Amino acid sequence: MVRSTGNDAQALFHALRSAYAATPTNLKIIDLFVGFAVCTALIQVAYMAIVGSFPFNSFLSGVLSCIGTAVLAVCLRIQVNKENKEFKDLAPERAFADFVLCNLVLHLVIMNFLG
Amino acid sequence: MGRGNLGGGFALLILVVSSIYQAAAIFHPISDSHRSAALDLFTPVHHGSFSSSLEEAYEALRTFEILGIIENKPDVGAATCHTVSETFRSTSSTSKDLYHASKVNSILKCDVDSKVFEGVVSRLQAAVSDAGSLLDFYYSIGSLVLIKDRTSKEDLHLVDAEGVFHSIKALSQSDGRWRYSSNNPESSTSAAGFALEALAGVVSLASSEIDQSMIGTTKSDILKLFDSIEKYDDGAFYFDEKVVDASDHQGPLSTTSSVVRGVMAFAAVASGSLNLPGDKILGLAKFFLGIGIPGDAKDFFNQVNSLACLESNRVSVPLILSLPATVLSLTKKTPLEVRVNTVLGSNAPPLSVNLVRASNSGSKGASIIENQELKFDPENAVYILDVLPKGVDVGKYVFVFEVVLHDSELKKVYVTGGQTQVPIFVTGVIKIDNAEVAVLDSDLGNIEIQKKLDLAGENAVSLSANHLEKLRLSFQLTTPLGHAFKPHQAILKLIHETKVEHIFMVGSSGKQFEIVLDFLGLIEKFFYFSGKYDMQLIVGDAVMENSFLQALGNVELDLPEPPEKAPRPPLPVDPYSRYGPKAEISHIFRSPEKRPAKELSLAFLGLTFLPFIGFLVGLLRLGANLKNFPTSAVPATFAILFQLGIAAVLLLYALFWLKLDLFTTLRTLGFLGAFLMFVGHRTLSHLAATSAKLKSA
Repeated sequence: MVRSTGNDAQALFHALRSAYAATPTNLKIIDLFVGFAVCTALIQVAYMAIVGSFPFNSFLSGVLSCIGTAVLAVCLRIQVNKENKEFKDLAPERAFADFVLCNLVLHLVIMNFLG
Repeated sequence: MGRGNLGGGFALLILVVSSIYQAAAIFHPISDSHRSAALDLFTPVHHGSFSSSLEEAYEALRTFEILGIIENKPDVGAATCHTVSETFRSTSSTSKDLYHASKVNSILKCDVDSKVFEGVVSRLQAAVSDAGSLLDFYYSIGSLVLIKDRTSKEDLHLVDAEGVFHSIKALSQSDGRWRYSSNNPESSTSAAGFALEALAGVVSLASSEIDQSMIGTTKSDILKLFDSIEKYDDGAFYFDEKVVDASDHQGPLSTTSSVVRGVMAFAAVASGSLNLPGDKILGLAKFFLGIGIPGDAKDFFNQVNSLACLESNRVSVPLILSLPATVLSLTKKTPLEVRVNTVLGSNAPPLSVNLVRASNSGSKGASIIENQELKFDPENAVYILDVLPKGVDVGKYVFVFEVVLHDSELKKVYVTGGQTQVPIFVTGVIKIDNAEVAVLDSDLGNIEIQKKLDLAGENAVSLSANHLEKLRLSFQLTTPLGHAFKPHQAILKLIHETKVEHIFMVGSSGKQFEIVLDFLGLIEKFFYFSGKYDMQLIVGDAVMENSFLQALGNVELDLPEPPEKAPRPPLPVDPYSRYGPKAEISHIFRSPEKRPAKELSLAFLGLTFLPFIGFLVGLLRLGANLKNFPTSAVPATFAILFQLGIAAVLLLYALFWLKLDLFTTLRTLGFLGAFLMFVGHRTLSHLAATSAKLKSA
């Protein structure tokens, strides 16, 4: 029973990996970027858990900067993905321009809040 | 009792309101107290001379001269005269120095060589013709006038008197004020005083008569200046600058003094009369007298010198009515004395003083004396009303006096100011009758103990009561004429052995004063303290000659035991510590938050770079590349500019965090954003076009 579960899980991971391998490289880059942002956020949360949240606005702006960037990157991924029929007419360059603009606005606010 | 208190308060309110309404002030002429103050204020400092500056020496000498005490100071002459003749000899002395030297010389009559004066006169003549500002004219013309008076040179004249008159007059403004110089647009009231004094000097130095029309316009200027005079409630008039310039604001005393000197000097030399309203002249005198005795030498000189100007002026000489005492005692039968003097305290011409009416300031309209002439006592130069009429009781009165000059010719010379209101207190002994203290039964009010009191003498009654009984204190107050009298204060004080005090107001109905203390309702107020209470009675009033604070004796109170939550008496406050310095405030600052160890923070800083490194490694493994980067020159430039633009914006954000403010950041961001938009659009559309070509190919 236990063995079969292990095998199933292994099979599932295998299937996922092979399916993911088919993903276009540019989407993989975005995924990597999202992972990078989320990891940075997690490190900051860990730091706060150890040290305490004293300059709370600094902590918030640091974490929200990472989370916000990650969310924007996910949005970019949705728009760039060719299989998403909804955004078929949208050029990926236009999506990238939006991504840059949103990031600049987000970080202006973050910097203001950083203190 | 409550109603009595309320009525009393209302009566007091009426009294206060009416005394404000009848704001009558008494002004006293210059007296010996001024003389002794002058001797204290102006004391020689430098080897027998008054001061290093001749201006201050002149102010001291002039004050002494006016007050008639210059003979007491013979030692100041020699040293000051030495300074005067040095100033005259020196070629570097300005016309201001010469002016003050001439002023001192006019008082001390120093021995100066007449040849020296000739040189000074020619320098001053040159200064008058070169003068550009009002003060240049004022000092040089003033010096010339003084030298002319001193040396009695009849041939000392101004070269072009009319021309000088014109150039000074050119500085006058339409409202009667003057400017200090033609390139200074600010006009000033004290400048008017200087100008008028200078013009008076020009008139007296002119070889022929000055054009009458110019004198006439100057007179109308003076009248316009008097339109801007300001007034206090007590009838005093004064001048002040309209535009208060903080840098050299002199205050109303110096301004008014300057105007009075100028106007009186001009009135002295101008032919024809100057029709200034007499009440304003009197008001100016009241202003100077109302100051009292100034503590500053300059103010003292301004006051005394202006009063001397008013004393001997040609327009109208103010006469001041004053009373040596405004408190009349019915028991001592003090007569009412009134003096009428000039401002400097010399005797007035023959005149009579009438008491027009006298009325109680509490009850309006009811006049007790009407139209009575005061008897003149030539020995002491006072006007006396020796017997007050029968109907005058104790209280506060307002007496209205009127000064009538005997000689109708003198009415043009002197101004008396019509009627003068003076507040007068009439005091007397108040009779106290039927004073007694009693302990009453609470239910029926039966008298249990009753003791007579002699409020004029010693009292030591000893009573005892419990909380079911009452204490009653009663007495009667009557004025000498038998009317009811209501003092300002009628207070009963109970003092416990522990020094806790309780104060009760004694109410009245008519002559009868009574207070009943119901101890049942006062238990809480007394903090349940049983024991001996000392009784004190205070009856006091401004017009009551026998006001008193009397110990009546004591009362032994037996109050119930206090319950658990009984109020505690407040801790006695030391009356000195209340006004003493307060304890020093020690500031409490918020303690800084705990910070983690530096190493830990740096370790986490390094840790945040790990995901970035992971990201770069991931990129390498995915085989990411820059093959899509434009290769041809123009798009490549735009692409590079796009990257640089983004870097610039991020750098700006970093600067915003470190030092810039939001406004600077947003402004710069506006420019960078527009640039970035343009470059980004070009780059991305080029990329889009390239990829579209690839697809179609």
